[in-house]
Amino acid sequence: MVVFPGSNCDADVLHVVQQVLGQEGRFVWHREEDLSGFDCVVLPGGFSYGDYLRPGAIARFSPVMRAVTAFAAAGGLVLGICNGFQVLLEAGLLPGAMLVNDSVQFRCLETWLRVENAATPFTVACRPGQVLRVPVAHHEGNYYADPATLAELEAQAQVVLRYVNQNGEETPEANPNGSARNIAGIINRYGNVLGLMPHPERCAEPILGNTDGRYLWNSLLSWVQQGGGRVV
Amino acid sequence: MSDRPWEEVGLTETEYEQITEILGRRPNELELGMFGVMWSEHCSYKSSRPVLRLFPYEAPWVLQGPGENAGVIAIGDGRAVVFKMESHNHPSAIEPFQGAATGVGGIVRDIFAMGARPIALLDSLRFGSLEDPRVRYLFSGVVGGISWYGNCIGVPTVGGEIYFDTAYATNPLVNVMCVGLLSEDKTARAVASGPGNKVMLVGARTGRDGIHGASFASEELGEDSLRRRPAVQVGDPFKEKLLIEACLELVDRGCLVGLQDLGAAGITSAASEMAGRAGTGMEIDVTLVPRREEGMTPYEVMISESQERMLAVPQPGREEEVAEILAKWDLEAAVIGQVTSDGMFRVRDAGRVVAEVPVEALAACPVIPREKARPAYLEEQATGAEEVPEPDDYGVALLNLLSSPTIAGKAWVWRQYDHMVQINTAVRPGAADAAVLRLKGSRQGLALTTDGNGRYTYLDPYTGGAIAVAEAARNLACCGARPLGVTDCLNFGHPGRPEIFWQFEEAVRGMAEACRALGVPVVSGNVSFYNESSGEAVYPTPVVGMVGLVEDMERPCTMAFTNDGDLVVLLGENTGELGGSEYLWLAAGRPGARPPRVDLAREKALVEVLVQAVGTGLLTAAHDCAEGGLAVALAECCLAGGRGARVKVTSSGSLAALLFGEGQGRAVVSLPEANWPRLEELCQGQGLSVQVLGRVGGGALEIKAGDRVLVQVPVEELRTRWEGAIPCLMS
Repeated sequence: MVVFPGSNCDADVLHVVQQVLGQEGRFVWHREEDLSGFDCVVLPGGFSYGDYLRPGAIARFSPVMRAVTAFAAAGGLVLGICNGFQVLLEAGLLPGAMLVNDSVQFRCLETWLRVENAATPFTVACRPGQVLRVPVAHHEGNYYADPATLAELEAQAQVVLRYVNQNGEETPEANPNGSARNIAGIINRYGNVLGLMPHPERCAEPILGNTDGRYLWNSLLSWVQQGGGRVV
Repeated sequence: MSDRPWEEVGLTETEYEQITEILGRRPNELELGMFGVMWSEHCSYKSSRPVLRLFPYEAPWVLQGPGENAGVIAIGDGRAVVFKMESHNHPSAIEPFQGAATGVGGIVRDIFAMGARPIALLDSLRFGSLEDPRVRYLFSGVVGGISWYGNCIGVPTVGGEIYFDTAYATNPLVNVMCVGLLSEDKTARAVASGPGNKVMLVGARTGRDGIHGASFASEELGEDSLRRRPAVQVGDPFKEKLLIEACLELVDRGCLVGLQDLGAAGITSAASEMAGRAGTGMEIDVTLVPRREEGMTPYEVMISESQERMLAVPQPGREEEVAEILAKWDLEAAVIGQVTSDGMFRVRDAGRVVAEVPVEALAACPVIPREKARPAYLEEQATGAEEVPEPDDYGVALLNLLSSPTIAGKAWVWRQYDHMVQINTAVRPGAADAAVLRLKGSRQGLALTTDGNGRYTYLDPYTGGAIAVAEAARNLACCGARPLGVTDCLNFGHPGRPEIFWQFEEAVRGMAEACRALGVPVVSGNVSFYNESSGEAVYPTPVVGMVGLVEDMERPCTMAFTNDGDLVVLLGENTGELGGSEYLWLAAGRPGARPPRVDLAREKALVEVLVQAVGTGLLTAAHDCAEGGLAVALAECCLAGGRGARVKVTSSGSLAALLFGEGQGRAVVSLPEANWPRLEELCQGQGLSVQVLGRVGGGALEIKAGDRVLVQVPVEELRTRWEGAIPCLMS
């Protein structure tokens, strides 16, 4: 769990990793530069550096991001949630950019996501087309990419999660932020760096009324446990 | 200085003379400025202090009552809950976005100054009618400011309430409550003890923003209030987030003797209060204070209300460690002075003494005796003012109530707030009468609510005050929580007007009596006077923030009807009172003559029944009858559960009063039929009336009186009106 100044979902992700999944995990301070020994690096949600300038625009210059880039290049698993996704975009580890939500307001609500690619380390425990209920909470989650990039993402099955309604239909109403093609999460071409706006750590325990996030966490866990490890 | 120097700092001539007497000389300009802010109503409570003594402050579980930055109650296992509510009304009237944002920032600092991690925010808001374009600007600005600040610092905004009434058109109320969690062995105190200890200013640099904010809060709004915009502070939530983490690390490592936030009256207030609590003195050199602009005078430095600053007294010898922790969080820290033993507050400018006053004197503003008089309007309320024609169609009347902004769904507001971060929010905004947070690593949970109906209080301040407390307790009990403590925010007009001060004292008396009856102590609070513009005061509005403990989080209870066939039951009695109701306001455009009566013994019985019934898993839903009465309560249970209900009521009097009257001490609950005997027994044991109204089921809410169908509306139609009202007005 990388901690930037202003990260605020770092402790939530650590709680899920340790208390819910029973795995080892620790915070990595943004000034650290060594990520050896980790199976997966999570860039959590929050407002790194206050989201000043643009979300993620300053965080990408953190020393730890050099290490994350190297970790990813070596095939390590990198998961960017919400602000973490924004940082991955700014760092160029994923294509495209985030615009302000089309409502021009912060949006914290339940969304339904359709698993478009269930063959990634982050979704192997899901059925293809499975609909998951996962909440979002962001002001800049309106995914944008030029038409060629979007076509490329679709062609390579890099769109992993898409906003849909409860019945799994891709509608404008189901899109909480105006994202191009209802995109909620994308993966890099090598299949080891996933960015998503929704928060799977917020729906991993029965007491919070929703455990759909477990499908994503369990995917990650089973991938690593089955020796999936590095994807190159 | 002018020949009437006291006027420039908002004091009276008498007060100026008292200061001269204390000092044995005339105060210089800086000293007078320091007295001006410390003796302002906002900081000194000089009008309200004698009245506030009416509140009960004690209970075995209270660890800290009023006097520190916030109140603290123990919840077992070495854990404690810290909470307080504060107003930011005037700044929000002038600059709604920053006014509300810095309101959030200020109250959050009060909580982590105690060494507690802030875990929840609630907002109690009052605005004028949304038909008014300026009110829409204020409303969206305030909500936007809360969203911007609260979301960034990673503290979930989980609850609160909003009323819309023309009484608040130019003077909105923005009351923010923050709740924190503490280990009893990791408490920080706001004391500057140990003469010789260094005093450090931590966090943001000091600028010219917020000069005279405390005095601004201590006068009524007027024609030229917009020119007071420079008195409104500007917030930096990112810096606040860093400050939270850094201060909690300082407390956790035991580096500090004392910690205090800087709020109203800036360094002057924080430093003198810390010394005052410890019985010490304090010396500050303004040249050591890091500035964000050049050329600031000692006066400006001493009373600046720049945000995101804390005053810390490190353990002797650990100053370096403190500075290192702050540097880790990219924050500045500077030693600006030291604790002394002589009881004086001495300000230096590059060594030269520029102010020297006794610490005690700054805190010892004499009480202003206020006259009280029962307002004339209370006599003028005609008897029979509650009489109103029955509606042509009760279903239409219900739909109109559901689309009245005060009652309508507030998703437009809370979807702008991150209400889930920290992953504790087990019962979310809109799902139940209170928000419920799980406590990680425990079976327990916390239920949180705010309440306060200004219209009731206007009609009868004593009753309005008592109802605010009773309703808050009911809200917690509907979630199965036992009420443990109260914080309050008392929003009134100019205390110099006898009728306003009468309202204030009556409301506090009502609140105090309700707190005693329900066994809930007041542990912190805030008074906001001068809520008036151009001579028109807002409704007297006491807002109650209440915290309760859910013993077993395995049994959450919301207001959602969840199982077809469950019984729908009313706890308490229908009293058929329309006074003060939203129905009367919509139908006749008047508030009525008197609010619903409150019977505190019955309220207590209702709370007991609810806590036990939810705690033993008897109920599938519970929701108190509040604004809009029984019919709206039933509709809200249907809306939350996405299913209908068929109920039957009996009445010999007005059916409108039965359906829409806001009689107190009632709750709608649902339960499997098998649990009915146990619920009935529980109610008998407490002497509480209980009656079966009908059953959950179908796709519509149907209310019959005898064989006459009064209401027959599909749930989806209820939803369209209830959810659509505010978005429609705001688009």
